[in-house]
Amino acid sequence: MRWIRRNAVVVAGLLTLAYMILPNLVVLVFSFNKPKGRFNYAWQTFSLDAWKDPCGVADLCESLTLSFQIAVWATIGATVLGTMIAFALVRYRFRARGAVNSLIFLPMAMPEVVMAASLLTLFLNMGAELGFWTVLIAHIMFCLSFVVTAVKARVMSMDPKLEEAARDLYAGPVQTFVRVTLPIAAPGIAAGALLAFALSFDDFIITNFNAGSSVTFPMFVWGSAQRGTPVQINVVGTAMFAVAVLMVIGGQLISDRRKKAATP
Amino acid sequence: MTTTEAPPAPAAPPPAADPAVRAVPRRRRLVPYWLLLPGILWLLVFFALPMVYQASTSVQTGSLEEGFQVTWHFQTYWEALQEYYPHFVRSLLYAGTATVLCLVLGYPLAYLIAFKAGRRRNLLLVLVIAPFFTSFLIRTLAWKTILADDGAVVGALDTLRVLDVTSWLGWTADDRVLATPMAVVCGLTYNFLPFMILPLYTSLERIDGRLHEAAGDLYARPATTFRKVTVPLSMPGIVSGTLLTFIPASGDYVNAELLGSTDTKMVGSVIQSQFLRVLDYPTAAALSFILMAVVLVVVTVYIRRSGTEDLV
Repeated sequence: MRWIRRNAVVVAGLLTLAYMILPNLVVLVFSFNKPKGRFNYAWQTFSLDAWKDPCGVADLCESLTLSFQIAVWATIGATVLGTMIAFALVRYRFRARGAVNSLIFLPMAMPEVVMAASLLTLFLNMGAELGFWTVLIAHIMFCLSFVVTAVKARVMSMDPKLEEAARDLYAGPVQTFVRVTLPIAAPGIAAGALLAFALSFDDFIITNFNAGSSVTFPMFVWGSAQRGTPVQINVVGTAMFAVAVLMVIGGQLISDRRKKAATP
Repeated sequence: MTTTEAPPAPAAPPPAADPAVRAVPRRRRLVPYWLLLPGILWLLVFFALPMVYQASTSVQTGSLEEGFQVTWHFQTYWEALQEYYPHFVRSLLYAGTATVLCLVLGYPLAYLIAFKAGRRRNLLLVLVIAPFFTSFLIRTLAWKTILADDGAVVGALDTLRVLDVTSWLGWTADDRVLATPMAVVCGLTYNFLPFMILPLYTSLERIDGRLHEAAGDLYARPATTFRKVTVPLSMPGIVSGTLLTFIPASGDYVNAELLGSTDTKMVGSVIQSQFLRVLDYPTAAALSFILMAVVLVVVTVYIRRSGTEDLV
Protein backbone atom coordinates (compact mmCIF):
# COMPACT_ATOMS: atom_id res chain seq x y z
CA MET A 1 0.00 0.00 0.00
CA ARG A 2 2.74 2.42 0.98
CA TRP A 3 4.60 1.55 -2.18
CA ILE A 4 1.60 2.50 -4.27
CA ARG A 5 1.19 5.76 -2.40
CA ARG A 6 4.81 6.67 -2.83
CA ASN A 7 4.82 5.80 -6.51
CA ALA A 8 1.33 7.03 -7.36
CA VAL A 9 2.64 9.49 -9.95
CA VAL A 10 4.71 6.85 -11.69
CA VAL A 11 1.84 4.36 -11.76
CA ALA A 12 -0.66 6.94 -13.03
CA GLY A 13 1.78 8.22 -15.64
CA LEU A 14 2.55 4.77 -16.95
CA LEU A 15 -1.17 3.94 -17.10
CA THR A 16 -1.71 7.04 -19.25
CA LEU A 17 1.16 5.95 -21.46
CA ALA A 18 -0.44 2.53 -21.81
CA TYR A 19 -3.72 4.21 -22.80
CA MET A 20 -1.85 6.14 -25.48
CA ILE A 21 -0.03 3.16 -26.92
CA LEU A 22 -2.82 0.59 -26.71
CA PRO A 23 -4.42 1.50 -30.09
CA ASN A 24 -1.04 1.24 -31.80
CA LEU A 25 -0.61 -2.26 -30.42
CA VAL A 26 -4.07 -3.17 -31.66
CA VAL A 27 -3.20 -1.79 -35.11
CA LEU A 28 -0.01 -3.87 -35.07
CA VAL A 29 -1.70 -7.09 -33.98
CA PHE A 30 -4.58 -6.73 -36.43
CA SER A 31 -2.18 -6.17 -39.32
CA PHE A 32 -1.57 -9.94 -39.05
CA ASN A 33 -5.27 -10.77 -39.09
CA LYS A 34 -7.23 -12.53 -41.80
CA PRO A 35 -10.74 -11.14 -41.37
CA LYS A 36 -13.80 -13.00 -42.61
CA GLY A 37 -15.94 -10.07 -43.66
CA ARG A 38 -15.11 -6.66 -45.07
CA PHE A 39 -14.28 -5.24 -41.66
CA ASN A 40 -11.10 -5.90 -39.75
CA TYR A 41 -12.54 -5.51 -36.24
CA ALA A 42 -12.56 -9.06 -34.88
CA TRP A 43 -9.61 -11.43 -34.64
CA GLN A 44 -9.83 -14.48 -36.90
CA THR A 45 -6.59 -16.17 -37.93
CA PHE A 46 -2.94 -15.21 -38.21
CA SER A 47 -1.79 -14.35 -41.71
CA LEU A 48 0.99 -12.44 -43.45
CA ASP A 49 -1.09 -11.76 -46.57
CA ALA A 50 -1.47 -8.04 -46.04
CA TRP A 51 2.24 -7.56 -45.32
CA LYS A 52 3.17 -9.42 -48.48
CA ASP A 53 0.89 -7.29 -50.62
CA PRO A 54 0.44 -3.85 -49.08
CA CYS A 55 -0.75 -2.32 -52.35
CA GLY A 56 -3.24 -5.13 -52.95
CA VAL A 57 -6.21 -2.87 -52.29
CA ALA A 58 -7.46 -0.61 -55.03
CA ASP A 59 -6.49 3.08 -54.60
CA LEU A 60 -4.65 2.61 -51.30
CA CYS A 61 -1.13 3.21 -52.59
CA GLU A 62 -2.36 5.92 -54.96
CA SER A 63 -3.80 7.76 -51.99
CA LEU A 64 -0.53 7.34 -50.08
CA THR A 65 1.44 8.77 -52.99
CA LEU A 66 -0.92 11.73 -53.25
CA SER A 67 -0.69 12.42 -49.52
CA PHE A 68 3.07 12.20 -49.71
CA GLN A 69 3.29 14.62 -52.64
CA ILE A 70 0.99 17.13 -50.98
CA ALA A 71 2.85 16.85 -47.68
CA VAL A 72 6.24 17.44 -49.34
CA TRP A 73 5.09 20.53 -51.24
CA ALA A 74 3.13 21.86 -48.29
CA THR A 75 6.18 21.40 -46.08
CA ILE A 76 8.42 23.26 -48.50
CA GLY A 77 5.92 26.09 -48.95
CA ALA A 78 5.04 26.49 -45.29
CA THR A 79 8.66 26.21 -44.14
CA VAL A 80 9.96 28.85 -46.54
CA LEU A 81 7.14 31.32 -45.86
CA GLY A 82 7.07 30.56 -42.14
CA THR A 83 10.82 30.93 -41.65
CA MET A 84 10.76 34.31 -43.38
CA ILE A 85 7.94 35.50 -41.11
CA ALA A 86 9.67 34.15 -38.01
CA PHE A 87 12.88 36.03 -38.83
CA ALA A 88 10.98 39.23 -39.50
CA LEU A 89 9.11 38.94 -36.21
CA VAL A 90 12.14 38.22 -34.04
CA ARG A 91 14.79 40.34 -35.70
CA TYR A 92 12.96 43.50 -36.63
CA ARG A 93 10.74 46.00 -34.90
CA PHE A 94 8.15 47.40 -37.26
CA ARG A 95 4.64 48.71 -37.35
CA ALA A 96 1.78 46.22 -37.43
CA ARG A 97 3.82 43.73 -35.49
CA GLY A 98 0.90 43.04 -33.17
CA ALA A 99 -1.47 42.57 -36.09
CA VAL A 100 0.92 40.12 -37.73
CA ASN A 101 1.25 38.21 -34.48
CA SER A 102 -2.51 37.81 -34.15
CA LEU A 103 -2.85 36.81 -37.79
CA ILE A 104 -0.34 34.04 -37.08
CA PHE A 105 -2.08 33.01 -33.88
CA LEU A 106 -5.66 32.93 -35.17
CA PRO A 107 -5.42 29.86 -37.44
CA MET A 108 -4.18 27.84 -34.46
CA ALA A 109 -7.05 29.09 -32.27
CA MET A 110 -9.76 28.21 -34.74
CA PRO A 111 -11.59 24.89 -34.91
CA GLU A 112 -10.41 23.19 -38.07
CA VAL A 113 -13.90 22.72 -39.40
CA VAL A 114 -14.44 26.49 -39.43
CA MET A 115 -11.33 27.07 -41.55
CA ALA A 116 -12.22 24.17 -43.79
CA ALA A 117 -15.72 25.49 -44.42
CA SER A 118 -14.67 29.08 -44.99
CA LEU A 119 -11.97 28.05 -47.43
CA LEU A 120 -14.55 26.03 -49.32
CA THR A 121 -16.82 29.08 -49.64
CA LEU A 122 -13.87 31.00 -51.08
CA PHE A 123 -13.10 28.31 -53.62
CA LEU A 124 -16.76 27.91 -54.55
CA ASN A 125 -17.13 31.65 -55.04
CA MET A 126 -14.00 31.81 -57.17
CA GLY A 127 -15.16 28.83 -59.16
CA ALA A 128 -11.89 27.04 -58.43
CA GLU A 129 -11.72 23.38 -59.29
CA LEU A 130 -11.28 21.35 -56.10
CA GLY A 131 -8.36 18.94 -56.10
CA PHE A 132 -4.60 18.82 -55.65
CA TRP A 133 -4.07 22.59 -55.79
CA THR A 134 -6.84 23.57 -53.41
CA VAL A 135 -5.65 20.98 -50.89
CA LEU A 136 -2.06 22.20 -51.21
CA ILE A 137 -3.11 25.83 -50.71
CA ALA A 138 -5.11 24.85 -47.62
CA HIS A 139 -2.29 22.78 -46.14
CA ILE A 140 0.30 25.54 -46.58
CA MET A 141 -2.17 27.91 -44.91
CA PHE A 142 -2.69 25.89 -41.74
CA CYS A 143 0.91 24.62 -41.44
CA LEU A 144 2.31 28.13 -41.72
CA SER A 145 1.48 29.24 -38.17
CA PHE A 146 3.02 26.13 -36.66
CA VAL A 147 6.26 26.62 -38.59
CA VAL A 148 6.43 30.27 -37.51
CA THR A 149 6.01 29.25 -33.86
CA ALA A 150 8.70 26.56 -34.06
CA VAL A 151 11.26 28.70 -35.88
CA LYS A 152 10.52 31.75 -33.72
CA ALA A 153 11.36 29.82 -30.56
CA ARG A 154 14.77 28.91 -31.96
CA VAL A 155 15.66 32.28 -33.47
CA MET A 156 14.69 34.03 -30.23
CA SER A 157 17.28 32.06 -28.29
CA MET A 158 20.02 32.88 -30.82
CA ASP A 159 22.85 35.13 -29.75
CA PRO A 160 23.07 38.09 -32.19
CA LYS A 161 26.70 38.52 -31.15
CA LEU A 162 27.65 35.56 -33.32
CA GLU A 163 26.41 37.36 -36.40
CA GLU A 164 28.12 40.55 -35.31
CA ALA A 165 31.33 38.59 -34.97
CA ALA A 166 30.92 37.26 -38.50
CA ARG A 167 30.43 40.80 -39.79
CA ASP A 168 33.47 41.98 -37.86
CA LEU A 169 35.41 39.32 -39.68
CA TYR A 170 34.31 40.91 -42.98
CA ALA A 171 31.63 38.42 -43.92
CA GLY A 172 29.02 39.99 -46.20
CA PRO A 173 25.32 39.81 -45.27
CA VAL A 174 24.75 36.84 -47.56
CA GLN A 175 27.78 35.00 -46.26
CA THR A 176 26.81 35.73 -42.65
CA PHE A 177 23.32 34.42 -43.27
CA VAL A 178 24.37 31.24 -45.05
CA ARG A 179 27.39 30.38 -42.89
CA VAL A 180 26.24 31.56 -39.45
CA THR A 181 22.55 32.37 -39.12
CA LEU A 182 21.09 29.49 -41.08
CA PRO A 183 23.10 26.70 -39.39
CA ILE A 184 22.14 27.99 -35.94
CA ALA A 185 18.47 28.31 -36.87
CA ALA A 186 18.46 24.93 -38.64
CA PRO A 187 17.12 22.80 -35.74
CA GLY A 188 14.15 25.13 -35.36
CA ILE A 189 13.49 25.13 -39.09
CA ALA A 190 13.78 21.33 -39.16
CA ALA A 191 11.35 21.00 -36.27
CA GLY A 192 8.90 23.29 -38.05
CA ALA A 193 9.26 21.35 -41.29
CA LEU A 194 8.72 18.01 -39.57
CA LEU A 195 5.66 19.33 -37.81
CA ALA A 196 4.30 20.69 -41.10
CA PHE A 197 4.88 17.36 -42.82
CA ALA A 198 3.14 15.40 -40.07
CA LEU A 199 0.21 17.83 -39.90
CA SER A 200 -0.26 17.85 -43.65
CA PHE A 201 0.09 14.10 -44.08
CA ASP A 202 -2.42 13.37 -41.33
CA ASP A 203 -4.95 16.10 -41.99
CA PHE A 204 -8.45 14.95 -42.63
CA ILE A 205 -10.99 17.67 -41.84
CA ILE A 206 -9.65 20.47 -44.06
CA THR A 207 -8.77 18.03 -46.82
CA ASN A 208 -12.22 16.45 -46.70
CA PHE A 209 -13.81 19.82 -47.45
CA ASN A 210 -11.44 20.97 -50.17
CA ALA A 211 -10.28 17.88 -52.03
CA GLY A 212 -13.13 17.44 -54.47
CA SER A 213 -12.70 13.98 -55.92
CA SER A 214 -9.01 13.60 -54.99
CA VAL A 215 -8.44 10.98 -52.31
CA THR A 216 -5.62 11.43 -49.81
CA PHE A 217 -4.63 8.64 -47.44
CA PRO A 218 -6.70 9.91 -44.46
CA MET A 219 -9.67 10.22 -46.81
CA PHE A 220 -9.11 6.67 -48.00
CA VAL A 221 -9.14 5.45 -44.41
CA TRP A 222 -12.29 7.46 -43.73
CA GLY A 223 -14.02 5.97 -46.74
CA SER A 224 -12.94 2.49 -45.77
CA ALA A 225 -14.50 2.94 -42.33
CA GLN A 226 -17.83 3.00 -44.12
CA ARG A 227 -17.20 0.48 -46.89
CA GLY A 228 -14.95 -2.03 -45.18
CA THR A 229 -11.46 -1.69 -43.75
CA PRO A 230 -8.77 -3.71 -45.51
CA VAL A 231 -5.97 -5.17 -43.35
CA GLN A 232 -3.49 -3.20 -45.46
CA ILE A 233 -4.52 -0.07 -43.59
CA ASN A 234 -3.12 -1.61 -40.41
CA VAL A 235 0.05 -2.53 -42.27
CA VAL A 236 0.53 1.07 -43.39
CA GLY A 237 -0.23 2.33 -39.88
CA THR A 238 2.28 -0.05 -38.32
CA ALA A 239 4.92 0.82 -40.88
CA MET A 240 4.46 4.55 -40.19
CA PHE A 241 4.86 3.91 -36.48
CA ALA A 242 7.99 1.82 -37.03
CA VAL A 243 9.57 4.38 -39.35
CA ALA A 244 8.93 7.14 -36.83
CA VAL A 245 10.46 5.17 -33.97
CA LEU A 246 13.49 4.21 -36.08
CA MET A 247 13.96 7.82 -37.15
CA VAL A 248 13.93 8.98 -33.54
CA ILE A 249 16.36 6.28 -32.44
CA GLY A 250 18.64 7.05 -35.40
CA GLY A 251 18.56 10.77 -34.62
CA GLN A 252 19.37 10.03 -31.01
CA LEU A 253 22.34 7.86 -32.00
CA ILE A 254 23.71 10.51 -34.34
CA SER A 255 23.47 13.27 -31.75
CA ASP A 256 25.03 11.01 -29.11
CA ARG A 257 27.96 10.27 -31.37
CA ARG A 258 28.36 13.97 -32.18
CA LYS A 259 28.38 14.78 -28.50
CA LYS A 260 31.02 12.15 -27.91
CA ALA A 261 33.10 13.45 -30.80
CA ALA A 262 32.84 16.98 -29.45
CA THR A 263 34.11 16.06 -26.02
CA PRO A 264 37.65 14.68 -26.26
CA MET B 1 21.13 42.65 -52.31
CA THR B 2 23.30 45.00 -50.33
CA THR B 3 26.87 43.85 -50.34
CA THR B 4 28.47 46.72 -48.46
CA GLU B 5 27.69 47.76 -44.93
CA ALA B 6 26.48 51.34 -45.15
CA PRO B 7 27.37 53.43 -42.09
CA PRO B 8 24.41 54.02 -39.75
CA ALA B 9 22.43 57.14 -40.51
CA PRO B 10 23.72 59.77 -38.11
CA ALA B 11 20.34 61.40 -37.51
CA ALA B 12 18.59 58.29 -36.22
CA PRO B 13 18.63 58.05 -32.43
CA PRO B 14 19.95 54.75 -31.09
CA PRO B 15 16.97 52.90 -29.57
CA ALA B 16 17.70 51.24 -26.28
CA ALA B 17 18.45 47.63 -25.48
CA ASP B 18 17.64 45.77 -28.67
CA PRO B 19 20.71 45.25 -30.83
CA ALA B 20 18.57 44.37 -33.84
CA VAL B 21 17.07 47.84 -34.01
CA ARG B 22 20.16 49.90 -34.32
CA ALA B 23 19.81 52.69 -36.80
CA VAL B 24 19.66 51.16 -40.25
CA PRO B 25 19.64 52.69 -43.69
CA ARG B 26 16.19 53.10 -45.18
CA ARG B 27 16.64 50.37 -47.77
CA ARG B 28 17.20 47.86 -45.00
CA ARG B 29 14.26 49.16 -43.03
CA LEU B 30 12.05 47.59 -45.68
CA VAL B 31 13.59 44.16 -45.17
CA PRO B 32 11.05 42.93 -42.56
CA TYR B 33 8.18 43.86 -44.88
CA TRP B 34 9.66 41.91 -47.75
CA LEU B 35 10.17 38.94 -45.44
CA LEU B 36 6.59 39.11 -44.25
CA LEU B 37 4.91 39.82 -47.55
CA PRO B 38 4.47 36.36 -49.12
CA GLY B 39 3.44 34.53 -45.95
CA ILE B 40 1.11 37.24 -44.69
CA LEU B 41 -0.43 37.57 -48.13
CA TRP B 42 -1.06 33.83 -48.09
CA LEU B 43 -2.81 34.05 -44.73
CA LEU B 44 -4.83 37.09 -45.77
CA VAL B 45 -6.03 35.50 -49.01
CA PHE B 46 -6.56 31.95 -47.77
CA PHE B 47 -7.45 32.52 -44.12
CA ALA B 48 -8.89 36.00 -43.61
CA LEU B 49 -10.62 36.48 -46.96
CA PRO B 50 -12.43 33.11 -46.70
CA MET B 51 -13.88 34.26 -43.38
CA VAL B 52 -15.33 37.28 -45.19
CA TYR B 53 -16.76 35.05 -47.91
CA GLN B 54 -18.23 32.79 -45.29
CA ALA B 55 -19.80 35.75 -43.50
CA SER B 56 -21.43 36.84 -46.71
CA THR B 57 -22.56 33.29 -47.48
CA SER B 58 -24.24 33.05 -44.10
CA VAL B 59 -26.58 35.94 -44.89
CA GLN B 60 -27.51 34.72 -48.35
CA THR B 61 -30.72 33.05 -49.43
CA GLY B 62 -31.54 31.01 -52.46
CA SER B 63 -30.91 27.51 -53.66
CA LEU B 64 -28.25 25.69 -55.54
CA GLU B 65 -30.26 25.74 -58.80
CA GLU B 66 -31.27 29.40 -58.70
CA GLY B 67 -28.07 30.63 -57.13
CA PHE B 68 -27.52 32.42 -53.84
CA GLN B 69 -28.00 36.14 -53.25
CA VAL B 70 -26.92 38.26 -50.32
CA THR B 71 -30.23 39.27 -48.76
CA TRP B 72 -28.98 40.02 -45.23
CA HIS B 73 -31.13 37.18 -44.05
CA PHE B 74 -29.93 36.95 -40.43
CA GLN B 75 -32.84 34.62 -39.74
CA THR B 76 -30.56 31.76 -40.83
CA TYR B 77 -28.51 32.15 -37.65
CA TRP B 78 -31.59 31.95 -35.47
CA GLU B 79 -33.00 28.95 -37.34
CA ALA B 80 -29.69 27.13 -37.31
CA LEU B 81 -29.33 27.70 -33.61
CA GLN B 82 -32.85 26.54 -32.90
CA GLU B 83 -32.48 23.39 -34.89
CA TYR B 84 -28.96 22.44 -33.90
CA TYR B 85 -28.43 23.76 -30.39
CA PRO B 86 -28.34 20.18 -29.01
CA HIS B 87 -25.31 19.59 -31.22
CA PHE B 88 -23.64 22.71 -29.89
CA VAL B 89 -24.32 21.76 -26.30
CA ARG B 90 -23.05 18.26 -26.97
CA SER B 91 -19.88 19.50 -28.68
CA LEU B 92 -19.00 21.81 -25.80
CA LEU B 93 -19.88 19.15 -23.24
CA TYR B 94 -17.83 16.41 -24.92
CA ALA B 95 -14.91 18.71 -25.67
CA GLY B 96 -14.98 20.07 -22.11
CA THR B 97 -15.09 16.59 -20.56
CA ALA B 98 -12.31 15.37 -22.82
CA THR B 99 -10.19 18.40 -21.90
CA VAL B 100 -10.63 17.78 -18.17
CA LEU B 101 -9.83 14.09 -18.65
CA CYS B 102 -6.75 14.98 -20.69
CA LEU B 103 -5.55 17.22 -17.88
CA VAL B 104 -6.19 14.57 -15.22
CA LEU B 105 -4.54 11.81 -17.26
CA GLY B 106 -1.80 13.95 -18.77
CA TYR B 107 -0.52 15.70 -15.66
CA PRO B 108 0.95 12.62 -13.95
CA LEU B 109 2.65 11.53 -17.16
CA ALA B 110 4.09 14.99 -17.83
CA TYR B 111 5.21 15.13 -14.18
CA LEU B 112 6.75 11.70 -14.43
CA ILE B 113 8.73 12.65 -17.54
CA ALA B 114 9.84 16.00 -16.13
CA PHE B 115 10.89 14.95 -12.63
CA LYS B 116 11.09 11.20 -12.19
CA ALA B 117 12.26 9.75 -15.50
CA GLY B 118 15.95 10.54 -15.16
CA ARG B 119 17.82 8.94 -18.02
CA ARG B 120 14.67 7.43 -19.46
CA ARG B 121 13.23 10.87 -20.18
CA ASN B 122 13.93 10.77 -23.91
CA LEU B 123 12.49 7.29 -24.24
CA LEU B 124 9.26 8.35 -22.57
CA LEU B 125 9.01 11.45 -24.74
CA VAL B 126 9.39 9.30 -27.83
CA LEU B 127 6.67 6.99 -26.56
CA VAL B 128 4.37 9.99 -26.13
CA ILE B 129 4.99 11.35 -29.63
CA ALA B 130 5.47 8.14 -31.64
CA PRO B 131 1.82 6.94 -31.61
CA PHE B 132 1.09 10.21 -33.39
CA PHE B 133 2.77 8.99 -36.52
CA THR B 134 0.20 6.34 -37.23
CA SER B 135 -2.61 8.22 -38.96
CA PHE B 136 -5.10 9.34 -36.30
CA LEU B 137 -7.98 7.87 -38.29
CA ILE B 138 -6.38 4.43 -38.12
CA ARG B 139 -5.86 4.77 -34.38
CA THR B 140 -9.42 5.94 -33.88
CA LEU B 141 -10.65 2.93 -35.82
CA ALA B 142 -8.59 0.74 -33.49
CA TRP B 143 -10.80 1.92 -30.64
CA LYS B 144 -13.67 0.22 -32.42
CA THR B 145 -11.85 -3.05 -31.85
CA ILE B 146 -10.90 -2.22 -28.28
CA LEU B 147 -14.40 -1.16 -27.27
CA ALA B 148 -16.18 -3.86 -29.31
CA ASP B 149 -19.37 -5.21 -27.75
CA ASP B 150 -17.97 -8.65 -27.02
CA GLY B 151 -14.47 -7.38 -26.27
CA ALA B 152 -12.43 -7.54 -23.08
CA VAL B 153 -12.97 -3.92 -22.06
CA VAL B 154 -16.74 -4.07 -22.19
CA GLY B 155 -16.67 -7.48 -20.50
CA ALA B 156 -14.54 -6.17 -17.64
CA LEU B 157 -16.64 -3.03 -17.19
CA ASP B 158 -19.76 -5.21 -17.18
CA THR B 159 -18.35 -7.60 -14.56
CA LEU B 160 -17.27 -4.69 -12.38
CA ARG B 161 -20.82 -3.30 -12.67
CA VAL B 162 -19.38 -0.06 -14.06
CA LEU B 163 -21.71 -0.17 -17.04
CA ASP B 164 -24.72 -0.10 -14.72
CA VAL B 165 -23.51 3.15 -13.24
CA THR B 166 -22.57 4.72 -16.57
CA SER B 167 -25.87 3.66 -18.12
CA TRP B 168 -27.71 5.23 -15.22
CA LEU B 169 -25.73 8.43 -15.87
CA GLY B 170 -26.61 8.25 -19.55
CA TRP B 171 -23.03 7.76 -20.71
CA THR B 172 -23.58 4.27 -22.07
CA ALA B 173 -26.61 2.30 -23.17
CA ASP B 174 -27.67 -1.31 -23.58
CA ASP B 175 -24.53 -2.79 -22.04
CA ARG B 176 -22.35 -1.48 -24.79
CA VAL B 177 -19.78 1.28 -25.00
CA LEU B 178 -19.48 1.77 -28.75
CA ALA B 179 -22.00 4.20 -30.21
CA THR B 180 -22.41 5.94 -26.84
CA PRO B 181 -21.16 9.28 -25.48
CA MET B 182 -18.57 7.42 -23.43
CA ALA B 183 -16.91 6.04 -26.56
CA VAL B 184 -16.82 9.49 -28.20
CA VAL B 185 -15.31 11.15 -25.12
CA CYS B 186 -12.82 8.29 -24.84
CA GLY B 187 -11.76 8.82 -28.45
CA LEU B 188 -11.52 12.61 -28.06
CA THR B 189 -9.46 12.26 -24.88
CA TYR B 190 -7.17 9.79 -26.57
CA ASN B 191 -6.70 11.86 -29.72
CA PHE B 192 -5.85 15.12 -27.98
CA LEU B 193 -3.79 13.81 -25.04
CA PRO B 194 -0.40 14.63 -26.63
CA PHE B 195 -1.53 18.24 -27.14
CA MET B 196 -2.02 18.42 -23.38
CA ILE B 197 1.06 16.49 -22.31
CA LEU B 198 3.68 18.34 -24.37
CA PRO B 199 2.90 21.89 -23.14
CA LEU B 200 2.54 20.55 -19.59
CA TYR B 201 5.90 18.87 -19.87
CA THR B 202 7.62 21.99 -21.23
CA SER B 203 6.39 24.15 -18.38
CA LEU B 204 7.05 21.51 -15.70
CA GLU B 205 10.55 20.93 -17.00
CA ARG B 206 11.38 24.60 -16.50
CA ILE B 207 10.61 24.41 -12.77
CA ASP B 208 13.73 24.49 -10.65
CA GLY B 209 13.84 21.31 -8.59
CA ARG B 210 15.34 23.27 -5.70
CA LEU B 211 11.98 24.98 -5.21
CA HIS B 212 10.51 21.61 -4.28
CA GLU B 213 13.35 21.02 -1.83
CA ALA B 214 12.85 24.47 -0.36
CA ALA B 215 9.16 23.78 0.14
CA GLY B 216 10.05 20.52 1.85
CA ASP B 217 12.56 22.29 4.07
CA LEU B 218 9.79 24.63 5.12
CA TYR B 219 7.77 21.62 6.28
CA ALA B 220 5.33 21.61 3.37
CA ARG B 221 3.87 18.16 2.85
CA PRO B 222 4.17 16.76 -0.69
CA ALA B 223 0.51 17.56 -1.38
CA THR B 224 0.99 21.15 -0.22
CA THR B 225 4.15 21.52 -2.30
CA PHE B 226 2.26 20.28 -5.30
CA ARG B 227 -0.67 22.63 -4.72
CA LYS B 228 1.32 25.73 -3.82
CA VAL B 229 4.47 25.37 -5.91
CA THR B 230 4.13 22.94 -8.79
CA VAL B 231 0.63 23.77 -10.03
CA PRO B 232 1.02 27.57 -10.01
CA LEU B 233 4.35 27.34 -11.81
CA SER B 234 2.94 25.00 -14.45
CA MET B 235 -0.03 27.29 -15.10
CA PRO B 236 1.20 28.40 -18.56
CA GLY B 237 1.36 24.74 -19.59
CA ILE B 238 -2.07 24.03 -18.17
CA VAL B 239 -3.58 26.98 -20.02
CA SER B 240 -2.01 26.28 -23.40
CA GLY B 241 -2.64 22.54 -23.03
CA THR B 242 -6.31 23.14 -22.29
CA LEU B 243 -6.67 25.43 -25.29
CA LEU B 244 -4.84 23.03 -27.59
CA THR B 245 -7.23 20.24 -26.57
CA PHE B 246 -10.49 22.12 -26.20
CA ILE B 247 -10.42 24.09 -29.46
CA PRO B 248 -9.84 21.23 -31.87
CA ALA B 249 -12.02 18.88 -29.85
CA SER B 250 -15.00 21.23 -30.06
CA GLY B 251 -14.87 21.24 -33.85
CA ASP B 252 -14.05 17.57 -34.27
CA TYR B 253 -16.47 15.22 -35.93
CA VAL B 254 -14.26 12.23 -36.67
CA ASN B 255 -14.56 10.66 -33.21
CA ALA B 256 -18.29 11.27 -33.04
CA GLU B 257 -18.80 9.71 -36.46
CA LEU B 258 -16.52 6.71 -36.04
CA LEU B 259 -17.20 5.82 -32.41
CA GLY B 260 -20.63 7.33 -31.81
CA SER B 261 -24.13 7.10 -33.19
CA THR B 262 -26.73 9.54 -34.49
CA ASP B 263 -27.40 10.50 -30.86
CA THR B 264 -23.82 11.63 -30.32
CA LYS B 265 -23.36 13.79 -33.42
CA MET B 266 -21.33 16.92 -32.76
CA VAL B 267 -21.70 20.26 -34.49
CA GLY B 268 -18.76 19.50 -36.79
CA SER B 269 -20.75 16.67 -38.37
CA VAL B 270 -23.65 18.99 -39.02
CA ILE B 271 -21.44 21.61 -40.66
CA GLN B 272 -19.81 18.93 -42.76
CA SER B 273 -23.04 17.36 -43.96
CA GLN B 274 -24.74 20.72 -44.61
CA PHE B 275 -21.76 21.78 -46.69
CA LEU B 276 -20.87 18.62 -48.53
CA ARG B 277 -24.11 16.63 -48.73
CA VAL B 278 -27.17 18.86 -48.21
CA LEU B 279 -25.43 21.76 -49.98
CA ASP B 280 -27.30 24.27 -47.82
CA TYR B 281 -24.39 26.72 -47.77
CA PRO B 282 -26.01 29.58 -45.79
CA THR B 283 -26.99 27.31 -42.89
CA ALA B 284 -23.58 25.63 -42.90
CA ALA B 285 -21.79 28.99 -42.93
CA ALA B 286 -23.98 30.32 -40.13
CA LEU B 287 -23.35 27.22 -38.01
CA SER B 288 -19.63 27.47 -38.53
CA PHE B 289 -19.68 31.14 -37.54
CA ILE B 290 -21.62 30.40 -34.39
CA LEU B 291 -19.11 27.70 -33.50
CA MET B 292 -16.24 30.10 -34.07
CA ALA B 293 -17.89 32.79 -31.93
CA VAL B 294 -18.67 30.34 -29.11
CA VAL B 295 -15.12 29.00 -29.08
CA LEU B 296 -13.60 32.48 -29.16
CA VAL B 297 -15.80 33.61 -26.27
CA VAL B 298 -15.05 30.52 -24.18
CA VAL B 299 -11.32 30.84 -24.88
CA THR B 300 -11.19 34.58 -24.13
CA VAL B 301 -13.06 34.20 -20.85
CA TYR B 302 -10.83 31.29 -19.90
CA ILE B 303 -7.60 33.14 -20.68
CA ARG B 304 -8.83 36.20 -18.72
CA ARG B 305 -9.77 34.12 -15.69
CA SER B 306 -6.56 32.12 -15.67
CA GLY B 307 -4.64 35.38 -15.75
CA THR B 308 -2.10 34.53 -18.41
CA GLU B 309 -2.94 37.04 -21.08
CA ASP B 310 0.60 37.21 -22.33
CA LEU B 311 0.09 33.76 -23.78
CA VAL B 312 -0.77 35.00 -27.23
